[in-house]
Amino acid sequence: MSSNDEYSDEDIEYYDEDEDMEDIDDVGSASEMELDPLNDLNDPTRPQRKIFEVEYESLSQNDVEKLMRADIEYISSIFGVEMDTASLMLRWINWNKEKLIEKYMDNANAVLMASGITQADKAPERAHAGRSPSSSAHQSSIGPRRSSRRIAPEPPKSGKTKILERLTPPIEDGKFICPICFDDTQTETLNMTCFHKFCKSCWHAYVESKVRTEAESWISCMAEDCSLVAPDYFIEGVLKEDKATWDRFQELLVRHFVGAMPNLKYCPYPSCTYTVSCPVSVSKTSLSSTVPIVTCGASAAHKFCFGCHVDSDHRPVICAVAKMWLQKCRDDSETANWIKSNTKECSKCQSTIEKNGGCNHMTCKKCKYEFCWVCMGPWSEHGTSWYNCNRYDEKASVDARDAQSRSRASLERYLHYYNRWANHEQSKKLSVELYAKTEKKMEEMQITSELSWIEVQFMKKAVDEVIKCRTTLMWTYGMAYYLERGNEKELFEDNQRDLERAVEELSELIESPIDPEVIKTLRQKVTDKTVYVQKRNEIVLEDTAKGFMDRRWKWNVPVEGYD
Amino acid sequence: MSVSTRRLQKELTDIQKQGTPVGIKLLNADDFQTWHLSLEVLGDTVYQGEVFALKFRFDSSYPISSPAVQFVVDDTWKAPVHPHVYSNGHICASILGNEWSPVLSVISVCVTLQSMLASCKKKELPPGNDRYVKNAPENPKKTRFEYHDDNV
Repeated sequence: MSSNDEYSDEDIEYYDEDEDMEDIDDVGSASEMELDPLNDLNDPTRPQRKIFEVEYESLSQNDVEKLMRADIEYISSIFGVEMDTASLMLRWINWNKEKLIEKYMDNANAVLMASGITQADKAPERAHAGRSPSSSAHQSSIGPRRSSRRIAPEPPKSGKTKILERLTPPIEDGKFICPICFDDTQTETLNMTCFHKFCKSCWHAYVESKVRTEAESWISCMAEDCSLVAPDYFIEGVLKEDKATWDRFQELLVRHFVGAMPNLKYCPYPSCTYTVSCPVSVSKTSLSSTVPIVTCGASAAHKFCFGCHVDSDHRPVICAVAKMWLQKCRDDSETANWIKSNTKECSKCQSTIEKNGGCNHMTCKKCKYEFCWVCMGPWSEHGTSWYNCNRYDEKASVDARDAQSRSRASLERYLHYYNRWANHEQSKKLSVELYAKTEKKMEEMQITSELSWIEVQFMKKAVDEVIKCRTTLMWTYGMAYYLERGNEKELFEDNQRDLERAVEELSELIESPIDPEVIKTLRQKVTDKTVYVQKRNEIVLEDTAKGFMDRRWKWNVPVEGYD
Repeated sequence: MSVSTRRLQKELTDIQKQGTPVGIKLLNADDFQTWHLSLEVLGDTVYQGEVFALKFRFDSSYPISSPAVQFVVDDTWKAPVHPHVYSNGHICASILGNEWSPVLSVISVCVTLQSMLASCKKKELPPGNDRYVKNAPENPKKTRFEYHDDNV
């Protein structure tokens, strides 16, 4: 431990949890507690949920499997069928229990056939397993059968399988030969209740290709025209020596289940297997008053919006407005800039006109209005001073330019918000780059001077906070663009300005040169500022969230959920 | 020995031992990547007197995945004029695509195609033949066919 610092990393965490309320003087350590995003995000059961946060639960794959199993058990006990049978039926009906019960009561056979448990053209005695739910013979017939010597009954005959039989006699000299690989050394064979028997390695290759390359968990029998679907138990038998594929299969089942549940979402980060449950954000109404930003249990960086795919964190703006704004930026920004710098509108019909040559005498292609490009006044008043306009202050010209500026004002207004939005986005990127450089410098300093690791960490926290706040600021500009003018908007923009100023000050501090002599004072300054910035950010987030809940915000365009 | 090699070896032995169904002949099977077979529709059909050649291409995952099958179109061979056969030899048949099953074989594919030709009443090119042929990938397995007609 360094002589300069009395706390190790762990000490500080411990210290923070217990004593932060009493110790107000020690800004440094108090801020470290508050700035640690992990404290906030990794514990969904934390008691003091902030107003701009939603209630949600992160579920591991295991947890979701438990939910799935509960549904399967429920159906299994009602229908009196095996778990695997219940599972196939639920998967077929996209996990809609009520609909399944209704359909099953109506016509159980049709459900069993459609979900690949029994076959349409099967002899009744072989299909009894599924049809008489209480049958004890069920288990044995749905599971994989290992019958290396036993001669299986002939498969059901259809037009096409006759060809097959001619070409591939399954039994030669009393020995089973797999009709797929023709390897007569295979001793282990498997078949489902359809009795289409194949060797285990072919089953494996088939299931593996379905699961791995097609990401398919609904796997039907290999025989042509056979509609039986492999139950979990059978797949497990096939993949007994291939744990990776079996794991993937189970993941596919979980994904299918999660996809069918409106209150569940799979974490969108690559190869993450966590699921988030957020029942309060299922309805459209709730999305017009809350921004359900959630984080899965795998990592604090796995942050996403439960309500939309617009951005991983678009607080404080609700999904509908965020989406509108992004769409507008995507459509308009470049075009708007170009129009602004290269065109004028016809003083009469407001058509946008680009002057690409010639004299100042303009004739609008659309309404045939004749005007002067320089003063925008009507050409008829130009008298003899054609082609050389000196009428800038004449009344008609001023009026024409006023009309023009009004129509241009909306463009200007949009660009005002857009440029600030884009500026924060740019600064965010620069902060990351700057931090990479700073970090290197810090590491060097750690080696060459007396500073400890913990002492050079304050920069990271400051940069993280700056990035977080710039994200908030970006979206406040998107929101302000759509806010109706009035006191509410002014208060909103006051909060925005306070946060913006604080963030800019902190950004500047971060950029100041680092020397071992000044690092202590710099550290103090940066840490204090970081705490302040964080507070300002929370104020913006809290007030905006409250405004959504009180329906305080008024929009200048129709917003989904605000009629 | 890989599964595809063993399986093709077996199919080849079967063909050599049991012969091929009427109208189907093995032209060459020098390796386990590409085979050629000839196909003739017997009896009273619109293709009377015509002989076609089929090219089979296998990858290492055969028979779990389907072979690439097409009619040969070159100086010697022509593709049959049929509503499911494009003039470049590509065939739109569900058993070569999503209805492929590992239990099918080279011969069973030939037999199916033979009956597809036999049941044809009128020689017609598929709709949109020119457009398809112009943009078709070299390997017909890369085309996603829509199987809309089960009658022919």
